[in-house]
Amino acid sequence: MGGEVNATMLIARIRKERRTAGASSFVLDVSIEVSPGITILFGASGAGKSTLLDCVAGLTRPDEGRIVTGGDVLFDSSREIYVPAPKRRIAYVFQTLALFPHLSAEENVSYGLSDLREEERRERVAAILTAFGVEKLRKQKPGEISGGERQRIALARSLVTGPRVLLLDEPLTGLDAELKAAIVDDLRAWNTAKGIPILYVTHSRDEVDALGERVIALDNGRVANAGAPMEVLNAPRRKRLAQAAGFENLLGATVLDLREADGVMRVRLGESACEIEVPLGYAAVGTHVQVAVRAGDILLATERPHGLSARNMMEGRIISLEQRGTMVIARVDCGVAFVVHITPGAVRALDLTAGRRVWLVLKTHSCHLVD
Amino acid sequence: MEALWLSMRLAACVAAILLVIGTPLAYWLAFSTWRGKFLLESVVALPLVLPPTVLGFYALVAMGPRGPLGKLWFALFGHGLAFTFAGLILASVLYSFPFAVQPLIISFEGVDRRLLDASAVLGAGGLRTFWRVILPLSLPGVVTAAVLSFAHTLGEFGVVLMVGGNLAGVTRTVSIDIYDHVQSLEYGEANRMALVLLVISFAVLSVVYAVNRRVWMPWAAK
Repeated sequence: MGGEVNATMLIARIRKERRTAGASSFVLDVSIEVSPGITILFGASGAGKSTLLDCVAGLTRPDEGRIVTGGDVLFDSSREIYVPAPKRRIAYVFQTLALFPHLSAEENVSYGLSDLREEERRERVAAILTAFGVEKLRKQKPGEISGGERQRIALARSLVTGPRVLLLDEPLTGLDAELKAAIVDDLRAWNTAKGIPILYVTHSRDEVDALGERVIALDNGRVANAGAPMEVLNAPRRKRLAQAAGFENLLGATVLDLREADGVMRVRLGESACEIEVPLGYAAVGTHVQVAVRAGDILLATERPHGLSARNMMEGRIISLEQRGTMVIARVDCGVAFVVHITPGAVRALDLTAGRRVWLVLKTHSCHLVD
Repeated sequence: MEALWLSMRLAACVAAILLVIGTPLAYWLAFSTWRGKFLLESVVALPLVLPPTVLGFYALVAMGPRGPLGKLWFALFGHGLAFTFAGLILASVLYSFPFAVQPLIISFEGVDRRLLDASAVLGAGGLRTFWRVILPLSLPGVVTAAVLSFAHTLGEFGVVLMVGGNLAGVTRTVSIDIYDHVQSLEYGEANRMALVLLVISFAVLSVVYAVNRRVWMPWAAK
């Protein structure tokens, strides 16, 4: 480890092969650096996120690699070092939370403090239950309280031990946005004082936007991309990642010509006559590329719009309209089929119905190239 | 009634001993990743399929004056092991082994692995995890193991006859007593004892089934 490395960083290089019936079915092979603060670990299910966390926590032994935090080597295959989970001081909140069902909230939270004196233990438990707004539930069992409260107690149980790294495996699934934001605020407040690396697994785009300082995108056991959330997720390099990141439209296209000076190129979508302008990518004329477009980034108009900066306008016909909650999913045929998300208000105002002719409007930079 | 009391004492001793030695064994069988585990599992289950007379026969041979157990016992205590209460306990422990160990294995295996992981990342070693998480959550299995081995020992006949013989107050258990009464055509006496055994067995099984429905497990509410 070089001298310039921050002492509280988590640095992990992990290779782990999972075998089913003797054959290697999945290989996790990653190298990550997690600085203090929240880093999102993003990827579709099966990308290896949970395996990675299990390796860091010491619940799964990697085949090869090295895990270091705060200057302590937790695992080093070349030096036969393997610190077992109970000695790692790495907190882990599981997707299922794994609260002990037979213990009260208070007993759950004090579980990791067995080394402390009774008095100090009680103080710390009371303090953290208050900090997370669940002090009233201390005598309740996990089965008797709501989902959001359980999530707070699971967080409190992990944080009260004063860990040096925090691993969160989709801890807030199933909560509404408001509750989620409140818990995230509590977590952030806690970490401004502690400043430990937090690795936060999610496959929800919303959570990435709400939390993200940095993102590590995993795909099929590899790090597909890492950096700021906008860079990583708005320019998906891989198809599976694009789908996971909520790019509902993934279209095959052929490059027609490159306009380097403008930083754009023209492509033809599928076998259709539909041509659009997309940002310049590493592709030669005549080659095939994949274009990813978010359904919410497409505008719908009932007449050909004038005086717009958007470069792509396509005429098409509405195939179907389907209401989902407060959103309407429109399928539009322009030679290739597009999925467009609009509001019920827009449907009423424009009097949209299936079969109606419409214009799709698409900004060049809403089109992302995927390889 | 002497026979019934003797059977009760025997069954209680056997159930207690089986809990003590069955628990670590069941823990190992539930969590070990050793490939040869199935061999030990077969040995544990053997009394289920073996005729009691076969088990009793080998137990008797081992406990006899020339058997290894008999010799050891003689060296330690100055008297033989066969046809004694202690010998009866030993043979009964072997005979009821699967009835204690299998419910324990099943309930240990039934504990959510993520709870064990949670315990580990919170700093608890294997022993602490066992006492604070696995055992409390396996309580129905522990009760089942205790009750089944108690009931099974209460009703055994073949093994007792081989190893214990029929000594009043020492090895004459209730099932042997019933057999004796029938042999001497004392049907009234036999019926009385048989009825007591029937009622006890029913009560005991009711407890097992009730516990496994988690009737009394407060955290299973909802």
